[in-house]
Parts: sequence; structure tokens; C-alpha cells
Amino acid sequence: MVFNEMWGEDTRCRAAYAGIQRWLDATSTKTLDQKKTQAEQLFRRIGITFSVYFEGGDPERLIPFDIVPRVLDASEWAFLERGLTQRVQALNAFIHDVYHDQEIIKAGKIPAGLVNDNASFEPVMAGLNTPHNIYSHIAGIDLVRTGPKEFYVLEDNCRTPSGVSYMLQDREVMMRLFPALFDDHAIEPISHYPSALLSTLQSVAPPACTGDPTVVILTPGIYNSAYFEHSFLADEMGVELAEARDLIVENHEVKIRTTQGLKKVDVVYRRIDDAFLDPKVFREDSMLGVPGLMDAFKNGRVTIANAVGAGIADDKAIYIYVPDMIRFYLGEEPLLNNVPTRQCADPSDRHYVLENLAELVVKEVHGSGGYGMLVGPHATAQERSDFAAKIIANPAAYIAQPTLALSTCPTFVEQGIAPRHVDLRPFVLSGKTTTIVPGGLTRVALREGSLVVNSSQGGGTKDTWVLRDPGTAAEQEQQ
Amino acid sequence: MLAHTANCLYWLARSVERMDCGARLLDTAQRMAAVAPDKRGSEWQSALIASGCEPAFFEQHTAASRASVVRYMTQDDSNPSSIWSCLNSARQNARAVRTAITSDMWEAINGAWIEARGWQEEDFGRDRLGESLDWVKRQATLFNGAYRNTMLRTDAYHFTHLGAHIERADNTARILDVKYHVLLPNREVVGGAVDAVQWTAILRSVSGRRAYQHLYRNEINPWQVAELLILRPEMPRSLRSCYQKITETLGDLASDYQGQVGDPHEHAEMLHNKLRFRQIEEIFQAGLHEFLTDYVDETAVLGDKIHRFYHMV
Repeated sequence: MVFNEMWGEDTRCRAAYAGIQRWLDATSTKTLDQKKTQAEQLFRRIGITFSVYFEGGDPERLIPFDIVPRVLDASEWAFLERGLTQRVQALNAFIHDVYHDQEIIKAGKIPAGLVNDNASFEPVMAGLNTPHNIYSHIAGIDLVRTGPKEFYVLEDNCRTPSGVSYMLQDREVMMRLFPALFDDHAIEPISHYPSALLSTLQSVAPPACTGDPTVVILTPGIYNSAYFEHSFLADEMGVELAEARDLIVENHEVKIRTTQGLKKVDVVYRRIDDAFLDPKVFREDSMLGVPGLMDAFKNGRVTIANAVGAGIADDKAIYIYVPDMIRFYLGEEPLLNNVPTRQCADPSDRHYVLENLAELVVKEVHGSGGYGMLVGPHATAQERSDFAAKIIANPAAYIAQPTLALSTCPTFVEQGIAPRHVDLRPFVLSGKTTTIVPGGLTRVALREGSLVVNSSQGGGTKDTWVLRDPGTAAEQEQQ
Repeated sequence: MLAHTANCLYWLARSVERMDCGARLLDTAQRMAAVAPDKRGSEWQSALIASGCEPAFFEQHTAASRASVVRYMTQDDSNPSSIWSCLNSARQNARAVRTAITSDMWEAINGAWIEARGWQEEDFGRDRLGESLDWVKRQATLFNGAYRNTMLRTDAYHFTHLGAHIERADNTARILDVKYHVLLPNREVVGGAVDAVQWTAILRSVSGRRAYQHLYRNEINPWQVAELLILRPEMPRSLRSCYQKITETLGDLASDYQGQVGDPHEHAEMLHNKLRFRQIEEIFQAGLHEFLTDYVDETAVLGDKIHRFYHMV
């Protein structure tokens, strides 16, 4: 039974969606169609400053945007906020622990080999400290919903999660297109994300830094598919967008080449993978990295966000142990559920997976972006038997989960308004304090019945509303 | 701002200006060749010499024919100063600093680049050359208008503006120097009909025919053409106008950067002052060609000083 976020489990509209229902009832398909076209034009215009042009001059293909917002009420968000804070705290505590005393392994909660032999484990980080013991300063936690109170974490993204620029622009476009809709709702604002990100990054400047910390974004450059987001965030935060050639390490200090000479840098928000970050330590052939960056970090002169080696926490094989981490480090019961997961490396789990392939979703442990996965119920018999062969050949590379009945939201598609499956990626900022801008990026699978929301696989995005507590909203009205 | 960004903006503007100059040099050569009684004249070679690419040209060619010079200076991608190479380099620089330039600037450059990609050999053939060179000049004008009308007046603008005027100063000196390299045909005398046509061609190529008439109201003579292009502050392409813009722009940068001044400011000031207090007679006495060569060299020195002072490597 699929949970419809607007209609719930019966046919009465849920309170949070009452305003949306009135709006949809009062608006013709023709008007919606016009608004949709306007939205696309706005995206091109707003985005035009940022979009990279490929050879031949065509702007980057836009990720489809759906004009029907996704709505969460205040109590739902309050619960998610607590659950996300708890989970990311535990993830950061875990990363700190595995690069220090490895107490969670000594306590027998996680197998040593899973950590120490993991490709995402960075031995170079062993014994090194980070300000406030934070490693994943910007985490994107992918959530799915199956019922009124049932939320599951599908995966944690602790390295360089992207998509926040879509979250911000979706809101911008909605506010321009539907001012009346915003008048009728009390919606938590999100536009302070860039300044919250900047404060978070400044709060983790190395102790050696005196005065206002200088933050830069390190991008692989204009050919990177997320370059738009890198330049957008640099603009919004008012910090420099640097490529490797703009940075230099001198006397253990990172410096940026400006027209007024070299200027010291305290925090590098890098959007480059670990392997390419510093050719002196990682891949020697990396043209994207800054030689000596790790040396500056080791000497406490610069903070790298997210920290090198943070990926150990979002490995799909480690994922299974996150609830145990929460219990171990925080002494609390997890608020957000994990999806029950089977590891194909385990003989009995593998047996179960191969027997029940038609009901399961199978993922590559190191895969991302919706590639290399099998959605059992939607696959042909041939695809399933091909995939079974891959699992048998390399069982440790695969995990399997039940096919969740992802919730749906009303979505404007060719046939009119129809339910489509959605997920949610909130962005959790960790520094001296934890900040989560209400909501996150809602991704929607635009094809009927599809469960894959990735933009590379035909997914789109929606504006995500968190409604203010009616009590608080009324109070503010009176003031 | 990032030194790299400043460098890209500066060279973006310089490449566009150089592309424009290439078109103007060929235009001059074509006008001179059209009236030359001797069809084996030096008009086309003079364009090569003035653009500074004569030595590289003769590594590949034995004679400077119309077709080979035009091809080398327009479509040849082995020549870094060909119109196509300049446009390509302008677009690469624009692309690298896409977020530092306005969409009008990008569209001007990218639009030109897309059209130029479709160039055929015959677009620069005898019949189409004038039309194609006009197109090139229009693209430069479009870009220059776009940056002046849409960029915020911050250091990014000043580096762009600086690049445009350094290159223009260099180009004006080169265009004027073409006359030195064109031989007068046998039996033609200095001050004769062909000589006058050649000076007119120079004027036309810098869109200065009308300006000349407006300021001097007499028959074209070499002294006044040179004065117009070197010393007259009213003429926007004159060396003096370019150097006035260069010193102003360096001053604007200094105010952006807490009054920071140094080598380039001093050097530009000196070159500007030399133009302000000079008479055209003195220049001719000492030798026009020597004077122009000197300014081309000094402008290059100034460029190096700007690079060093603002760390643009």
C-alpha cells in the first residue's frame, strides 16, 4: 500500500495539504501548464549566469522541476530534525573514533575488517584531529517515507553531497510564480542556507587562525557537472571559488593567489574527491589537487571540509551499523529507521537475496547515482538472472533491501495531476553547532511507477515546504 | 579577486581587440592593393609585418601573395594572432571566467565563435573579404559594447578595460606603421596620388576618415594623419587617448586596492606624458617608424609590469 502524502490512507486530504488542494482545485490545467513553462524560463534566466555551456553553445540541460510543492507539517519536521541531528552526530563520532582509538571495534559492534580494509578508510587520517571533532560538515541524508510516521534513511552522504542549489532555486522560482500561495501558507524560510553554511565553515577554522577566517570553495572546474552549484554557493556566500592552480601551500599554510598577492586561507570547502585532493599524498597524477594541502592540515593550519576519510561513514556496508553507532556513541535509541539490509557477502543473506531477487532492490556497495542497481519487481527475468550472476561472482560488492513502497506526492505531469514517488535529502550542517535548514531537496520520479529519483535516471525536483507550527505562527502574527 | 580571473579578463579583452586589429590591417592592405598600379606590390606583406607575424609566416610560405596572407591572418589556426585564433582564445578565456562576466558578454563572444566555426575558405575570397572583415569588426564592437554597458564597475571591469586599451594602443601604432613598410611604386613620388591613397587607406581602416575631415578640413597629408592617430585626444583610437584610458584605469584599480600603486602606474604615466607634450614635427624629425616601434615595445613592457604587479601569472 503506497502512502500518498496528500490523501493519506483514506480519501480525506491531510491537513498540511489543504491549501494545496484548494489551489489545485481552483487552477485549470491550462494555467498550470503556463506556469510550468514560465518556471522553465525562470530557471534558464536565473541559472544562465551559472550554467556552463557545452561546445556548440547549448546551455546545460535543466533538471526537470515540478510546480506542485511537497509539504511537511511542523511536527513531522520537528521529528525529522531530531532524528537527523542524532544520526549525523553519531556519524561524526564514528569517523573520529575509527581514526583514533577504534573503540566501537574493540567493543565488538563493528567488524575490524569492514573498517580497516575498506577502500574508503584513509590511513593517513589516523591520529589526526579536526576542530570540534567534526569530519562531515555538510551531510546529505537521503530519506524515504512509507507511512504517516514511517521514515527510513536510504543512505548517508558524508563526502560532498550536492543538490542544495536546486533546493534554494526551487524555492526562489516558486515564490516568483505563486506569491498568493505563499500568502496563504506560513512556510519556514530556507534562504539563509548560504549564510548558515558560511558560519558553519568559519566555526571550524583551525585554532591557529586569529581574526575572521577566510573560506574558499575548491572546485574541479568548469567541466564538472556540479560546477554550477560550486559557483552559486561561492557567490551566495561571498567567498572565492578557487581551482587548484589558484591555491598554493607555503610554510604549511594554504594561500590563494589574488591580484593583491597571496592571501592566507583557513577553511577549504572542497568539492573534489579525496583521491584527487593532494597529489603528494593521494593520486600523483591529479591535476585538480593542491600539492601540500594535507601537510597544511596535519600542521593545523587549514581545515578541509568535509574532512578526508569521511567517506568511511557513508559506505553502504557500514550503513547497516549506523543504528548501533547511535546506541554506542550517544546512548540513545535511533529515531530514524534504517532500511533492513542484507549483505550478499554473508552466505545465508546471499541465499535469501538470490531466492527473492524479484522482491528486492540490489545495490552496489560503492555505486551511486542510481547506476548499477537492480529494482527486482521492475526488472525482466533476463535482467534478474544477469544480476544474479554478478552477485555470485562478487558477493561482497552487493547489498539488498526490500523494495520500499515510497510515498507519493501530487505532481503535474502530461496527464495532469498524478501521484509520483518522492524522496527527501535534507542537508545537515555540523560545526560548533548543528544547523538544518527546514526541508531539503525533494526528488521525484517523474515516470509513472518509477522508484528511481536520480536526475540521471529521469528524476525531477520539487520545492519542499515545512509549515510553521500553527501556535508559533499565530504568536508571531500578534507581535 | 583571483589573479587568474584578472588574467583571463585582461586577455579576453586583448584577444577581441587583436582580432579587430587583424581585420583592420587586412582592410588597409586591401584598399592599398586596389589602387596599386603594380600588382606585385608589398601591400599584403605590410599587413604581415605590422601584425608582427611576418617571420612565422615565412617559415611556412615563400611569397606573400594575397591569398596566402589572407588565409594566414584569418583562418589559420597555426598563427596565434589569426582572427580565428584570437576569437578562439577570447572564448576560452570567457569560458574560464564564465561567472565573472555578464551574459551579454558571453553571448557576444560565444555567438561570434559559433558563427566563425562555420567559416568556409571562400568567405575570405576576393569577393567576400570586405564583407567578412566588416563582420569581424562588428563582433568586436558588440563585445566592447556589452562589457561597457553591463559590467559592474569593480576590479573585474578595470582589468577588462585595461586589456582592451593596452591592445588598442599597440594596434594603432602597428596600423600606422604599415605605411612605413609599403613601398611606393616606381615613378610615384612622396606626396603624389598613390601616396595620398595609402594614407587615406590607413585613415579608413581606423574609421578615421570623417574624423580627419572634421578636425582638419583639408587634403590628406601624412603629418596630420599621424597627429590624429598619435596625439589627438579627441580621437578615441589615438595613442594618447589609449594612454589616457590606461592611466585612468590603473588609477581606478589603485583606488580599489587601498591606493596601492607601483611600476605600471609610473610607466603608464610616463608614456602618457610623453604624448601630451609632444609635437608631430618632432616625431617626424626623429623618425615616425622609430617612434612607433618604440611605443609598441614600451607598451609590451607596460604589459609585463601589469602582470607582475597584479600577480597575473
